[in-house]
Amino acid sequence: MQTHKYSSAMLSAFEYLLEEYPEVFIIGQGLWSPWYVGDTMTDLDKKFGKERVIDTPVSESACTGAAVGASLAGMKPIVVHPRMDFMIYAMDPIVNQAAKWSHMFGGQAHPGVTIRSIINRGGEQGAQHSQALHAWFAHVPGLRVVMPSTVQDARDLLISSVLCKDPVIYIDDRWLYDLEDEIDDITELDLCDQKPNISVEGIDITIVGSSYASLIARQGAKKLLKDNISAEVIDVRVLNPLDIGPIINSVSKTGHLLVVDSGWKSCGFSSEIVSQVSENLPIGSLKKPPLRLALPDAPAPSSRMLEKDYYPDTDNVIMAVKQILG
Amino acid sequence: MKSQLQGLADPSKFQGPISIDGISPEILKSMLNSMSIIRKTEQQLAKGRQEGLIGGPVHLGVGQEAIAVGISQLLQKTDRVFGAHRSHSHLLALNPDFYRLFAEVLGKASGFSKGMGGSMHLFDQANGFFGSTPIVAGTASLAVGAAMAANLQNLNNVGVAYIGDGAVEEGVVHESFNLAKIQNAPVLFAIENNLFSSHMHISLRQPNDKISRFAEANEIPYELVDGNDVVAVFSAAKKQISDMREGKGPRLLELITYRWYGHVDWREDVDVGVNRSTEDLENWKLRDPLKRLCDSMIKKGIWSKEEHDKLDKEIDDKIFKAWNKAIKDDYPHRSSTLKYVYSEQNQEDI
Ligand SMILES: Cc1ncc(C[n+]2csc(CCOP(=O)(O)OP(=O)(O)O)c2C)c(N)n1
Ligand SMILES: [Mg+2]
Repeated sequence: MQTHKYSSAMLSAFEYLLEEYPEVFIIGQGLWSPWYVGDTMTDLDKKFGKERVIDTPVSESACTGAAVGASLAGMKPIVVHPRMDFMIYAMDPIVNQAAKWSHMFGGQAHPGVTIRSIINRGGEQGAQHSQALHAWFAHVPGLRVVMPSTVQDARDLLISSVLCKDPVIYIDDRWLYDLEDEIDDITELDLCDQKPNISVEGIDITIVGSSYASLIARQGAKKLLKDNISAEVIDVRVLNPLDIGPIINSVSKTGHLLVVDSGWKSCGFSSEIVSQVSENLPIGSLKKPPLRLALPDAPAPSSRMLEKDYYPDTDNVIMAVKQILG
Repeated sequence: MKSQLQGLADPSKFQGPISIDGISPEILKSMLNSMSIIRKTEQQLAKGRQEGLIGGPVHLGVGQEAIAVGISQLLQKTDRVFGAHRSHSHLLALNPDFYRLFAEVLGKASGFSKGMGGSMHLFDQANGFFGSTPIVAGTASLAVGAAMAANLQNLNNVGVAYIGDGAVEEGVVHESFNLAKIQNAPVLFAIENNLFSSHMHISLRQPNDKISRFAEANEIPYELVDGNDVVAVFSAAKKQISDMREGKGPRLLELITYRWYGHVDWREDVDVGVNRSTEDLENWKLRDPLKRLCDSMIKKGIWSKEEHDKLDKEIDDKIFKAWNKAIKDDYPHRSSTLKYVYSEQNQEDI
């Protein structure tokens, strides 16, 4: 057992990967700077050399494409985008190239690249520095999309993402970095076996979330116990390909569903959960209409008062649960 | 890296007065006034951020004022200017309304973007400022399009794209150079080469520190100028912008400069920048565009120390008042988040 923060758990995953796998290298903006990636990559360049921990020009598209290419040539590259917003310049190598490569060449080659992307919002940064675009990537067949919400997953899913043969979008949220927990020693997990898990058991309502949304769901569930409401929280962990099974099982038991998500509501990841649940459950299993708690369909405002309203928090989770249960 | 910038990357040079011959005292005074306003406004922002009164990041351009001021002297309200993350000066050089800038940076409804943008998203189209946004290089192609529109509209307006030395590392900038040239778009690529992109010196990012080499590649006429000499900036821009208005297509103006503050906020960041030393910073502060203009004007007898002190005091007073007014202004109404998403603005408040 070791005590870690979410961020230091990620750092230990990077160290493990760089130590154990000579084919791992990391490329991205800010890797030699203390600002860009919090304390998730501190001194990696000093320990493992600037050849393997590469800070780059402001060229998201080329750096991502280069990593995809290196993966085709036998390396296990990790690309770092210090903000998801900046990664939009890299959509072509991700969506047109990496995601399609295996399929369009009859499964003969696989770009085993990991693209780590940080959700970095709040602090009045506004519309172009706040986005959580996981739903876009989860929409694309061929991309595995991973969003850890716990300290243990932050480390272990990062390792399994990098060891996975497919392109993986690994998304971490800076609002989780200070989470602290005791975690097991490292064991390598096969990403293909990872699925949503129950992070809080309960019987009255199922709350589904991933990443930071999962954290506020857990916090909400804890507080709801005081009102004698027993909520079950399912942490999605792997958004694509999605194994809906654990969510169906839970909703069959509780008959109520709240989905919390840090993206926008329309065509968001929460929509996918609700539709798969409704497709898979017998009519009448849901005792009340499901509810989605997500961002309003507007860009992130920068002004502090508006920003406060914009992001759902634990209290919003509690209110939504009470609204469903009536 | 051997610098290709004709000595301009060496901060121990070019510290003395500048040549102001042939420029009218009115223009010189106007540029001095504009630079002073921008300098003091940004220093107030640094203070406000340090004190925690400003909640969001501010990218300050203190030390780089001559660029926007020299160029903006030649612009009209109907021109189309686009900026990036470090654009306070680009806007204030067109419209010195620091009160509305303060309000915007503080997230107040009275700000340039109605409090919806903050420091990194500024707007004042009535004065030619189409917008600044912080996705690096994000507006370069937009400026090309706005210039193409001027051609289609039979107007002799120009587009201006302020682009950093870091921004040219984005592929879209090169697409924009090529497109502008092939479309004969009257767009000025104003390259603010301050030798840094956040923590990284240009030598770690590019094989050559001369950004105008890309103009050569695209057959765009260019000039390489001391960006801390406002008269040099003005004179180069004057020729280029008049060529552009005559239908001669895009121009590139590379301006060598340096930012006194760190990449973001009020700190100097001499310890966290790669290749940013205290000694360099001290030297760059001696190549002060404001002081160089002021000293040159005094030397020529068209300005005096007393007049300058008076100007400083006047601006200080106005800034003090504007800041305190902006601080007390209202935040945008809660309905604003949804209200401005689409063009119809008359949705009911929620
Ligand atoms: C697409 C994108 N990538 C990265 C960033 C982070 N970033 C913000 S400013 C900046 C440096 C840009 O340098 P330069 O263009 O030279 O402008 P300067 O800061 O020197 O004014 C970087 C990398 C960003 N905002 N957008
Ligand atoms: Mg720069």
